[in-house]
Amino acid sequence: MSSSAQDVVPTEPVAAGKRRVGGKRQKGIAGTTRTFWLFVGPFVAGLLIFSYLPIIWSLVLSFFEAYNTVTPSKFVGLQNYIDMLTDRNFLSSLGTFTVFAVFIVPLTFVMSLALALLVNQVKVAKAFFRSVFFLPTACSYVVASLIWKLSIFNGVRFGLANTVLSWFGVENIAWLSTVDPPWYWIPIISVRLWLQLGFYMILFIAGLQRINPSLYEAAYVDGAKPGWQIFRYITLPQLRATSVSVLILNLIAAYQAFDEFYNLIGNVNYARPPLVYLYGISLGSIQDLGHGSAGALILAVIIMIVTQLQTRVFGFGKAGD
Amino acid sequence: MPAHVPNAGLNRRDLLKRAGGLAALAAFTAACGGNTGRPSGGGGSGGAKVNLAQWFHQYGEAGTQQAAIKYAKAYTDANVAVQWTPGDYGSKLASGLLSSNGPDVFESQLNIGMVKSNQVVPLDDIIADVKSDFSEGDLATNTIDGKVYGIRMIVDPQVIYYRKSMLDKAGIKPPETIDDLVAAAKELTTDKVKGIFVGNDGGNALGGPALWSSGGTYLTDDKKPGFTNDRAASALGKLHQMYADKSVLLGAPTDWWDPGAINQGLVAMQWIGMWAVPGMVKALGDDLGVFAFPALDAQSKPAVYSGGWTQFVSAKSANVDAAKKFVKWLWIDQAEFQEDWCLNYGFHIPPRKSLAAKAAKLQSGVAAETVKLTTEFGHTDNPSWTPKMGTAFTDLLTNVIKKGADPSAEITKAEKTVDQELSRLFG
Repeated sequence: MSSSAQDVVPTEPVAAGKRRVGGKRQKGIAGTTRTFWLFVGPFVAGLLIFSYLPIIWSLVLSFFEAYNTVTPSKFVGLQNYIDMLTDRNFLSSLGTFTVFAVFIVPLTFVMSLALALLVNQVKVAKAFFRSVFFLPTACSYVVASLIWKLSIFNGVRFGLANTVLSWFGVENIAWLSTVDPPWYWIPIISVRLWLQLGFYMILFIAGLQRINPSLYEAAYVDGAKPGWQIFRYITLPQLRATSVSVLILNLIAAYQAFDEFYNLIGNVNYARPPLVYLYGISLGSIQDLGHGSAGALILAVIIMIVTQLQTRVFGFGKAGD
Repeated sequence: MPAHVPNAGLNRRDLLKRAGGLAALAAFTAACGGNTGRPSGGGGSGGAKVNLAQWFHQYGEAGTQQAAIKYAKAYTDANVAVQWTPGDYGSKLASGLLSSNGPDVFESQLNIGMVKSNQVVPLDDIIADVKSDFSEGDLATNTIDGKVYGIRMIVDPQVIYYRKSMLDKAGIKPPETIDDLVAAAKELTTDKVKGIFVGNDGGNALGGPALWSSGGTYLTDDKKPGFTNDRAASALGKLHQMYADKSVLLGAPTDWWDPGAINQGLVAMQWIGMWAVPGMVKALGDDLGVFAFPALDAQSKPAVYSGGWTQFVSAKSANVDAAKKFVKWLWIDQAEFQEDWCLNYGFHIPPRKSLAAKAAKLQSGVAAETVKLTTEFGHTDNPSWTPKMGTAFTDLLTNVIKKGADPSAEITKAEKTVDQELSRLFG
């Protein structure tokens, strides 16, 4: 397999637009260029049509009063932005997100790293354990949310969680409907952990396997104790690049939280992350695309700033990573 | 493998690649090319019939989809394709109405935004002859500035159904005031059964009825917020009382519009529409009673939410006239189909008075009582009440019912949003 894979690798880098003199040679380049566009073209077209165009359109819409239309005519300047930045529901959705991120990012980080370390140490059936923990990633958020909502965390006596609790004499809990205490966080956090731990675990395993074994050997020779000391001074620093990307990916994923909130508790004002709120005002029944677009762009800017900050703090992408 | 293919094969490979790419692109664009639900082919030339797309949300009762298709097939002047939409119909419809790739004919509820942004056409000409056969409320809910924009298809009263045996056992009479209801729900709650099911959100569906039962309304006739007085605050506060008493069922696998909770014995009472009567009667037999949302006190009246669905013609349709003709045919001329739609699956009141009067299935039992309550206490939606106002009101309800916030303070917040919307719409 590996030899045939090597055969397919193009011997020269795909250098579109670079022209060289010489008949046959030139034809080859032209062919490569064509092939390049053939392969890349559809994706570029898709990206342009389905990502960049909507973003630009959204930017335009954000300056207009656009109810029930994507071709508005009433220019309102920055009013939509002002409205969104003073809209307590939008601000509270950012608050909801913050609570969510405070839980989900560290939890995912620690738990997926722990899983990766465990799976990496297993001597038998390594591939089996890797697959088992990775499998939930293949499940859709909607499907998982419905299972969580309807069978595990439903509020009546025959829900799984309530059945288990009733063995200990605990009264039924309406997991998704109770705001005081806010039990709904348990299903919301746990469904995401179940779905995404495996994915980040794989990233960590890849990182672990890249660590040069001679580092560990040298550490042993120097008298480092296996366990915490090795982990703290060898493994963790060596995983820095992976850790930073896991954190960044995780935070962005948290900003994009929609499916589990929407499917588990719907569009309610005490726990809706920004995307659920924006969906509600722009694509739901309200169809206020002007305010929705402004909110989406504000959110995009926030994500960009936070990612930049994170990159600065952790020094992601620095030479040597 | 590929490296060992002789040079001559390159052409073939190129060709294949290109053809494959093209095919993929074609398939991709075809897949994206707006599935409008209209039958394909059958171009307009040569006197061929026009194609119309008719959109429905997913009705819960078995047989409804087949019925909708049957009606469409029976129409001979156009090819009507029915699009049945499970899930979030509202959002799909909203985006469908933005372009001409959406439906020609669709069901929904009217709000002034649809008219302001030219999404629907007036249907005065097709309803003119039979206007007096529709109830005042059903006309009002579809009228803006004197023009009728939709033909009511079904009327869905929402009331409280209860297990007679459970109330009898506890010695409780059907509540006459909200306080009675709160007390009854508390008394009927045991460790196995909750007093009442009003939705997994804790009772937002009761917001309107509670408001009406206090004598209030969403918007007054002169387009001012009608929910800002102390009586409304008091009625909404009582919804919180019921929630705080833990007498409401929460976290049920199905929501309030499904009779699952009352049928499975999870609750003694449930807020639900008349559509579920056949399902409830099948499960509970005659152990079923009905009452309207009770009045706040002797000064006001009980309330029934008279919801339902209405047929509209999209202004962006390429065949507005043909679409109007079809709507007239189905929802005005075909009494037999209207009766089938209203009575043979779930129960709905036929909007045509002449039909409702002879609907045999609605002449007895809880269905008959529900119809009577609707005639007496029914409230229809106000088309000037926009979704944005609705969202503000729902936020108010969530804060009051679940978080125990002060109703008057929340009312003031919602009033602000409603005022902004009113000034945007009416200046």
